[in-house]
Amino acid sequence: MAKLRARALPARLWSWRYLVLRRLIQFGVLLLFFGTAHWGWEAGKDVPLLNGNLSASEFAGVLPMTDPFAALQIFLAGHVLQTESILGAAIVLGFYALVGGRVFCAWVCPVNPVTDLAGWLRQRLPVSALFGLSRNTRYFVLAAALILSAVASVAAFEWVSPIGMLQRGVVFGMGLGFLSLLAIFLFDLLILKNGWCGHLCPLGAFWSLVGIVAPLRVRFDKATCTHCGECARVCPEPQVLNLKKLEQTGWVASGACSNCGRCTALCPEDSLNFALRPPIRARHAATLAKAAVTDNRN
Amino acid sequence: MAEHAPGNPQRRDFLTKLAQGAAFAGTGGLLWEYILRNEARASPYALRPPGALAEADFNAACIKCGQCVNVCPPDILKLQPAGGRLPIGMPFFEPRTGACIMCPDIPCMKACPTGALSPALKRIEDARMGLAVIDMENCLSYQGLRCEICHRECPLKGRAITLETHPRQTSKHAMFIPLVHSDACTGCGICEKACPTEIAAIRILPHPLVQGKIGEHYRYGWMDKGEITQEFRPSDAPAPVAPAKPGEAAPGMDYLNAGDL
Repeated sequence: MAKLRARALPARLWSWRYLVLRRLIQFGVLLLFFGTAHWGWEAGKDVPLLNGNLSASEFAGVLPMTDPFAALQIFLAGHVLQTESILGAAIVLGFYALVGGRVFCAWVCPVNPVTDLAGWLRQRLPVSALFGLSRNTRYFVLAAALILSAVASVAAFEWVSPIGMLQRGVVFGMGLGFLSLLAIFLFDLLILKNGWCGHLCPLGAFWSLVGIVAPLRVRFDKATCTHCGECARVCPEPQVLNLKKLEQTGWVASGACSNCGRCTALCPEDSLNFALRPPIRARHAATLAKAAVTDNRN
Repeated sequence: MAEHAPGNPQRRDFLTKLAQGAAFAGTGGLLWEYILRNEARASPYALRPPGALAEADFNAACIKCGQCVNVCPPDILKLQPAGGRLPIGMPFFEPRTGACIMCPDIPCMKACPTGALSPALKRIEDARMGLAVIDMENCLSYQGLRCEICHRECPLKGRAITLETHPRQTSKHAMFIPLVHSDACTGCGICEKACPTEIAAIRILPHPLVQGKIGEHYRYGWMDKGEITQEFRPSDAPAPVAPAKPGEAAPGMDYLNAGDL
């Protein structure tokens, strides 16, 4: 930390670039929804700019977008979706499969500022964990959401989702939805560190699974890393920065990484950076070539 | 006692963990299921936009995106916020404050991405959002006053709402009684919005809450022309039987001993 504190102000400001960008996008997306709903923002005559909300929307009357997790729940609940929403789900799924599944979590989801604030405050409070909970719990919650959708014939998570309550609430009326956010805030602040986003949220679990294939990831430079551990200290999912795995693969390979960019902006040695990981076949070929070179040397 | 010690403590530990995990998942799942059912409980009371699927199917299909809400020209649709009267996040309208104006191009239905508002609805006249019901005890027309505002405002007047005149004594004018017909009423709610009583005496309610069902076993004998199930002519009637003489058993009462069997 001392090394970071010692940085000049412009350098420190520059290290906040991803944070500022993330907040701009998070609030910008909500503002686009709100402006379209309440101020009649249009892309053309009688064409709403961004109609809907994060569950499903249409941009400029041409680009449908659908939350693929919501669509999957609705399908399991027994409804055959219309082409428009299937296409929209494919578009959104395709986008996050390229830039990283949990990019949704860190860059778009409106609950993220709430839990980030709780996490930021928690660091400054003398709070220790009340109990431990596996970070894999979220995958069980994800499975439960899918099973319950089929059993109860409603989209199980969409009907209770605090994310839905917040993002719908901002555009269409909050009601008592803020209570669930207060609950999440307190849970993260006083009970379990990164409790909601890091342990329970099934939408995050869904995007984690999608994120495994994404080419845009954080690359690790073994040569420059001094093992100072600053990255793991700011990371909301520190298990993805497992040094042994990083050295093996050269990438933050876990789908649980949200590409929030905290570590890349902070790393004093610049050992962590966003880059495009080549597809598996190319990676395999590279490994073979490397092996061949080593063999030749021997 | 060594032979009674658990053979494989690791296995026992694993099985215990498994049981605990299953119990945790089961408890959580049941609680979640209960919340869902509790939330869905109020759905029979909701008035949905035109083209909405039947209640259970609509609950399954709506993605809660609010695109119908945004495109509604009279801006009457709302998404239910959390903790409200109706199931969370789905569109509804309240006719007393905002009635459906029955746009011929049905923009709300067209905006729906999932098909929860079904494109099977081609004409807005075929929409069945609910059914108008009249409270006879508070309807001005039923008190003998000339009101009939609901009839006049009805977009399908003469079909969805008709007037029936009931003549009265010469000193009073006739009663003009509004009647709602379910085969034409779309449930748009313009009547409820227009009703001049303090609390509307004509109101829109979802069909399952107000409509009965006669049942298959009733026959409208006077309507089923050409569907006579039993031929019966007067000549088929048996000859009238002579009344019993005093002291004798009534005819037919002792037929087993009458000898003509």
